[in-house]
Amino acid sequence: MMGSENPGFEEAHLFASREEMENLVLDDPLTTHHPNNNNSYSSFRSANSSISESTHHPLSPPVLSTSADSDPLLSPPVYRNPNASDNNSYIEPPSYADVIFSPFDENSANEINRIDSTSQDTDSSFALSRSSSSSSDYIKITVSNPKKEQETTNSLVPGGNTYYTYLITTRTNIPDFGSSEFSVRRRFRDVVALSDRLAEAYRGYFIPPRPDKNVVESQVMQKQDFVEQRRVALEKYLKRLAGHPVIRLSDELKVFLQVEGRLPLSVSTDVASRMLDGTVVAPHEVVQPAKGGRDLLRLFKELRQSVANDWGGSKPPVVEEDKLFMEKKEWIHDLEQQISNASQQVETLVKAQQDMGETMGELGLAFIKLTKFENEEAMYNSQRVRAADMKCVATAAIKASRFYRELNAQTVKHLDTLHEYLGLMLAVHGAFTDRSSALLTVQTLLSELSTLHSRAEKLEAASSKIFGGDKSRIHKIEELKETIRITEDAKNVAIREYERIKENNKCELERLDKERRVDFLNMLKGFVVNQVGYAEKISDVWAKVAEETSGYAKDS
Amino acid sequence: MEQQRSVSGLSQSPRSPSSQPYLSVSVTDPVKLGNGVQAYISYRVITKTNFPDYQGPEKIVIRRYSDFIWLRDRLFDKYKGIFIPPLPEKSAVEKFRFSAEFIEMRRQALDVFVNRIASHNLLQQSEDLRTFLQADEETMERLRSYETGIFKKKPADLMQIFKDVQSKVSDVVLGKEKPVEESNPEYEKLKHYVFELENHLAEAQKHAYRLVKRHRELGQSLSDFGKAAKLLGACEGQALGKAFSDLGAKSEALSIKLQKEAHQLLMSFEEPLKDYVRAVQSIKATIGERANAFRQQCELAETMKLKEINLDKLMLTRSDRVGEAEHEYKELKAASEEATRRFETIVRQMNEEIVRFQEQKTQDMGIAFHEFAKGQARLANNVADAWRSLLPKLEACSSA
Repeated sequence: MMGSENPGFEEAHLFASREEMENLVLDDPLTTHHPNNNNSYSSFRSANSSISESTHHPLSPPVLSTSADSDPLLSPPVYRNPNASDNNSYIEPPSYADVIFSPFDENSANEINRIDSTSQDTDSSFALSRSSSSSSDYIKITVSNPKKEQETTNSLVPGGNTYYTYLITTRTNIPDFGSSEFSVRRRFRDVVALSDRLAEAYRGYFIPPRPDKNVVESQVMQKQDFVEQRRVALEKYLKRLAGHPVIRLSDELKVFLQVEGRLPLSVSTDVASRMLDGTVVAPHEVVQPAKGGRDLLRLFKELRQSVANDWGGSKPPVVEEDKLFMEKKEWIHDLEQQISNASQQVETLVKAQQDMGETMGELGLAFIKLTKFENEEAMYNSQRVRAADMKCVATAAIKASRFYRELNAQTVKHLDTLHEYLGLMLAVHGAFTDRSSALLTVQTLLSELSTLHSRAEKLEAASSKIFGGDKSRIHKIEELKETIRITEDAKNVAIREYERIKENNKCELERLDKERRVDFLNMLKGFVVNQVGYAEKISDVWAKVAEETSGYAKDS
Repeated sequence: MEQQRSVSGLSQSPRSPSSQPYLSVSVTDPVKLGNGVQAYISYRVITKTNFPDYQGPEKIVIRRYSDFIWLRDRLFDKYKGIFIPPLPEKSAVEKFRFSAEFIEMRRQALDVFVNRIASHNLLQQSEDLRTFLQADEETMERLRSYETGIFKKKPADLMQIFKDVQSKVSDVVLGKEKPVEESNPEYEKLKHYVFELENHLAEAQKHAYRLVKRHRELGQSLSDFGKAAKLLGACEGQALGKAFSDLGAKSEALSIKLQKEAHQLLMSFEEPLKDYVRAVQSIKATIGERANAFRQQCELAETMKLKEINLDKLMLTRSDRVGEAEHEYKELKAASEEATRRFETIVRQMNEEIVRFQEQKTQDMGIAFHEFAKGQARLANNVADAWRSLLPKLEACSSA
């Protein structure tokens, strides 16, 4: 497109992408240009292309740029904050934004130190922002180096069944881990297992949801892309786990991060033996919800109970009494709606900023072409003057275009916090479900106990009428008493469990409130500071042009 | 070579009304008239002048778009070689035709159109311009409908028709298939320049138009974002909630600024670029006229030569058709000389016009660039100010 129209513009046909043309323009000795802008621009561009595509489902990882998009100039990207102090040669004098940017620079300094980063994603500093302010301990996890492996055992198809493993590297200064740096190879199945075990062990906690299995996508997408998408998702998930004050110290996570080899799956309940042993629910099983387990009978009982709760005439034996909790639950639901809504509008905003930047750049390039054209064909001085004016405007437009796109990359980073919290909402739902299912278990057991007691009473009344005792009835009463004892134990365990989960909920809600306030405030600050900084830069660029063209101003 | 032009048409109050000749026009007050499909916009055209042929210091007439077209066509016919100022396009979509923005853009463009004619040293002498600025509405309507009638070519110009027929015949007779073209390298260069320029400008204008759209879209998204932020703030409550609400309010305020800037951009930047494109198209039309004139000149010269040869033959044979042939030859010679004169006028005019055009465009674009830069700087400042005002509150929130 470019080469054909402008025979004089020799360099045009050497470059494939628009970005290189822009670099060329700005490299022109006539315009000021900081050499580092190349890299920062490229990494931002790739960051942006990951955002500008498709509607971004909050829980799915960002779609990365395909190879067609990638900038040939892009070497292993180093994330650089364009507002770091060494860029002051580009913006003089240091603007308000550079001064205010300091809380930011701390985070970007952290990211620069992350030498292991081979990822191109705009990883939110979500996990970092709070840990850096609270204490000095840290767990840094990276997922890298996907490798294809062969399934060795139980393979019906010879040479079939391959899967991918990922290298998970952890760096930490927490003594519990026993070591400061270690790595392990894991496959996705292990992650699922980890997630399941955490769900069992940490009922009532806001456990970050694991990445989807994405079965359809794994068939449809290109292997490379899918593996990369999964790698990113895994990294985010593990970072979130490491960011949870309780879960980060869990045995499950420790084993996952340190111990090579297949993770033991959840303890499964054997249905057959269940049926044989009778109908009693053992106390140790009560700590798990009926749903999702294999205990069909227990499931059935609890289902009957819940129906009775909803439709039965009488009140269930124990109800959710905590009014505060009910209100909180409603409020959380509302909050989720608002965050979701805001997150959608953010996506639109980001797209609009992106488009603005692109169109501004295209306008600039069109004028550059015009400039070259007029200069080549100039027969009159007025043409040269016009060409100079055009070049001035074009250069400004290209600079402004870059600013818009950098602004956008930052905006995405900040407002990504909203997406993070949407994901967290799922964890909250999970924790609330833990609570209600634990309550249901308690209610079921209480109902059962009352049934057992009344049956025992009936039997005793009947047998007392027969003098000397009714051998079979006495035997039955003994058995029943035994059952009642066990069920009583189970009930106590269930109640303890329920109370425990309620306590976990409460702590987590408090934590959510506190952390959310901090995170959201930081998000707002970051967003606003960003907007101010870039608006000032853009304003400067145009003010210069207005100055240089002020001779044309109409005296009004 | 720069000819002294009369005072720019935009000046409202000349220094000494009697001494300095001035002709200043303004196109104002668009009013929708008529109903349904017949509906159209009428404009008030106010002329202030001290030109001798004009009535009074001020005259006001009512004109519509087709009247402007009439004027443009007449000038194009009479002043070959001169780049007639371009008119804004006939409307595109029906729905858009009466939107406030379209009407304002058209009014502005029509105002510029007439003033350019009024400030052109040759065009301002035009009788048709005088008619346009002075005639009453009935006369104007009569002229306009006559012009758009079937007889676009005036029957009086028999010579013209004669020449056209002649050219076609001689083409076939002389076995020429391609139309004759000038072999002037400098002119070739100019033609190439004009055609290329149109392409470049069209592209720039396309992006300028998109930029306007982007401003609107960004404005809309800020408005939606602001609303969402306010709702979130209401839900959050307390200091954080207030912060969200304030953010939302600022976002909505900025949305309005963006819409305003989009309009400014359209009027002060995109429209001048479009105008530039139209001007180049007008030049192309003149190039076409020059080609016609050149061809006519060539063909008449050829035909004349043939006639001369024929005449000599007849004279030698002392045919009684000599008288007739002589008469024809004389007519042809006159026509040929006329054609040559016309062509040379066009060439001369064009050379002057191109200089004027380049200078005019440098001015026009200079102003457009200035307004563009001013607008963008102003917008960016508004954005910075709005967001900056939130910072103290946000700081207070986090330290609390």
